[in-house]
Amino acid sequence: MRIGVVTFPGSLDDGDAARAVRLAGADAVRLWHGDPDLHNVDAVVLPGGFSYGDALRCGAIARFAPVMESLIDAARGGLPVLGICNGFQILCEAHLLPGALTRNQHLHFRNRDQWLRVEATNTAWTNTFQPEQEILIPVKNGEGCYVADQRTLDALEAEGRVVARYVRGNPNGSQRDIAAVTNEAGNVVGIMPHPEHAVETLTGPSLDGLGFFTSVLRALAGASAGAQHAGGHQ
Amino acid sequence: MARVVVDVMLKPEILDPQGQAVANALPRLGVTDVSSVRIGRRIEIEFAGEPDLDRAREIADKLLANPVIEDFSIKVEDDAKAEVA
Repeated sequence: MRIGVVTFPGSLDDGDAARAVRLAGADAVRLWHGDPDLHNVDAVVLPGGFSYGDALRCGAIARFAPVMESLIDAARGGLPVLGICNGFQILCEAHLLPGALTRNQHLHFRNRDQWLRVEATNTAWTNTFQPEQEILIPVKNGEGCYVADQRTLDALEAEGRVVARYVRGNPNGSQRDIAAVTNEAGNVVGIMPHPEHAVETLTGPSLDGLGFFTSVLRALAGASAGAQHAGGHQ
Repeated sequence: MARVVVDVMLKPEILDPQGQAVANALPRLGVTDVSSVRIGRRIEIEFAGEPDLDRAREIADKLLANPVIEDFSIKVEDDAKAEVA
């Protein structure tokens, strides 16, 4: 499996994301913001950082990068996409996910290990977790406060699209403690904390982050087995 | 010079922690009669020719403002004619 990791000017966590992909057992394919070619990847990670220096709003400029034109089409067609931190902001700016990420309510940059409760385990990126499983991964953001109008929040909850919530403390004031959401199809997930920083005992607080990357491999293996099965009738 | 000014503000229902921080600092200046401060962004767009309000609105809607959390208004700076998006 080939998992693409996009580098924008100002991306910080693209190296760690690629490493997490490799530790999960896939090939990490580096994608460049200025290149619209997705190089036949099976899924894409938009990593954390400060793309384009967070000019205007976080993710607002990156959303118009050449790679994003292809990625937006591919995501609407079902390509699994995980946006982490700045990647989540980019997915919201691209309208692939609802809502927006705004300044932390307390105005402080928050950097700590954070407990989350995984609530949706039917997405391409969370299918190896148990429902209600609590995981510990780092959070580090200044603009991670998730906001949306009440109707959107109600719909996300009713449709089971709140992927993870902050537990044991909300680090940024996100509405309804939302840490991660998905689109209707479940192939696009945005998460504010950093699963790619929790994949090795040497550097992470747990190995819980690895589950996001093994999940997409499982989803892709399932999709590919289904395709082969369908192909068998021809 | 044809200049179009776009003002971007957080929607009223969106909390503005920066504005609150400023409001909370005002008593230190001896100002005690301010009940609310909200912070927005002013963007000046200069067209090569005539100011194009439709084009400015498109720029504001697609890039300058995030309609999920922000409203914007547009005006040509020379005359006071303003229109709200």
